[in-house]
Amino acid sequence: MEIVERIREEARKALEEKKVELIIGFEEGSLPLRTTPAFIKSIDAVERLIWNATCENNLANYLLRLKIKGKVGIVAKGCDARSIINAIKERQIERDMVFIIGVPCTGMVDRKGIKERFDEAEILEAIEVNGQIKVKGERFEGSFNISDFLYDSCKTCTQKTPSLYDVIVGDEVKEREDVDEFREIREFEKKSPDERWAYFTREIESCIRCYACRNVCPLCYCKECFIDQSRPQWFGRSIDESDRMIFHIIRVFHTAGRCVDCGACERACPMGIDLRKLTKKVEKDVVELYNYKAGIDLETVPPLATYKEDDPQEFIK
Amino acid sequence: MNLDEVDSKIENWEPKIIAFLCNWCSYAGADLAGISRIQYPPNVRVIRVPCSGRVDPFFIIKSLQAGADGVLVSGCHPGDCHYLTGNYFARRRFTILKNILEYIGIEEGRVNFSWVSAAEGEKFATVIKEVTESVKALGPAKRLIKRFNYRKL
Repeated sequence: MEIVERIREEARKALEEKKVELIIGFEEGSLPLRTTPAFIKSIDAVERLIWNATCENNLANYLLRLKIKGKVGIVAKGCDARSIINAIKERQIERDMVFIIGVPCTGMVDRKGIKERFDEAEILEAIEVNGQIKVKGERFEGSFNISDFLYDSCKTCTQKTPSLYDVIVGDEVKEREDVDEFREIREFEKKSPDERWAYFTREIESCIRCYACRNVCPLCYCKECFIDQSRPQWFGRSIDESDRMIFHIIRVFHTAGRCVDCGACERACPMGIDLRKLTKKVEKDVVELYNYKAGIDLETVPPLATYKEDDPQEFIK
Repeated sequence: MNLDEVDSKIENWEPKIIAFLCNWCSYAGADLAGISRIQYPPNVRVIRVPCSGRVDPFFIIKSLQAGADGVLVSGCHPGDCHYLTGNYFARRRFTILKNILEYIGIEEGRVNFSWVSAAEGEKFATVIKEVTESVKALGPAKRLIKRFNYRKL
């Protein structure tokens, strides 16, 4: 049976048995290569659920932001499941209030790459068949391997199969062990501080402070974000270089030991800022210093909530 | 006139360094240095905090944004924290923060950390000397400073 059918079946069963009040999944978007989150409450609507290589959104975000009473079902990829684990660990949701339909994921398609292929011409139709995407426009047609157009975060993914689920649909995907997910960061670190500063000022120059990166992030659930605080107002909301830079520094600091590299921030950014250059660095530090990866299990204590007596401290005089 | 021009006009520039000292060890260490009449550079502005664990990354970044040329955070030695574990937690936060700051291009030596106990007046003076020298060598801070009207909007 296809994954889509199995998702629908599980969703239908859960709703019929009144196990859940609501199922959060994906439905067809209004544009080709787009899907949109679906909130299914009735059994008739289950047919709207779909699954393909454009189900890129991190649905864990909705668990934290929607105030839903009762148990919620959620369709979760590897990264979504990691975010859910995070949320459970941080006591934002309870484990028995969420019903996870795990979907082993083979990576999501980066539309931008495909659009570039056709010189940004409008794609009118896209169909996915057996790991390939057939794209049609007014004057062009083509078909691509999905694996050639994955998001950067999907290319370095090490947790394709959800690590936490109530039911799993589809076969486990083999995790890649040959990827060095921090290779890019290591290379970037070799540059001089001046070069790095120049790179980030150039990137952040285009930040319009829409806070899309924050709003889409399943970690940013604070009722009042530090940047919205007015008493005291720690940092300005202007587009001054330092204000913009500081917003990003602190945002990334707050992801330390929590970021699961779902890539949602970078996808949400309307200005195309290289946000993963920052988040990935902190992820790397946490792995190297404290041997911790976010969202793998429910037991390990998050790195900034604990300590060891012999933690590295060469930099302290 | 932009900040670079201002800096070049100031002769005999002296760095401004903000030091966050924990009440129980480093602040007392600074006190001991004073009582013992140990000489150290007058470039530090001390802010007393209850514990190095109280030092939020906001403090450090805000200091840099407000124009401090250097920042020093100093607390009790690991194991000696008045609140038992405050400095252990702080140490992890500082490690992550320092790595981020240096990664985006803040020079190494702008943001400093040390453990100074209440009995280490000598060490306090040495730390201040070292930090002042390293910040002096780097010159006036230019990154992360909020420059009002710097772009003539």
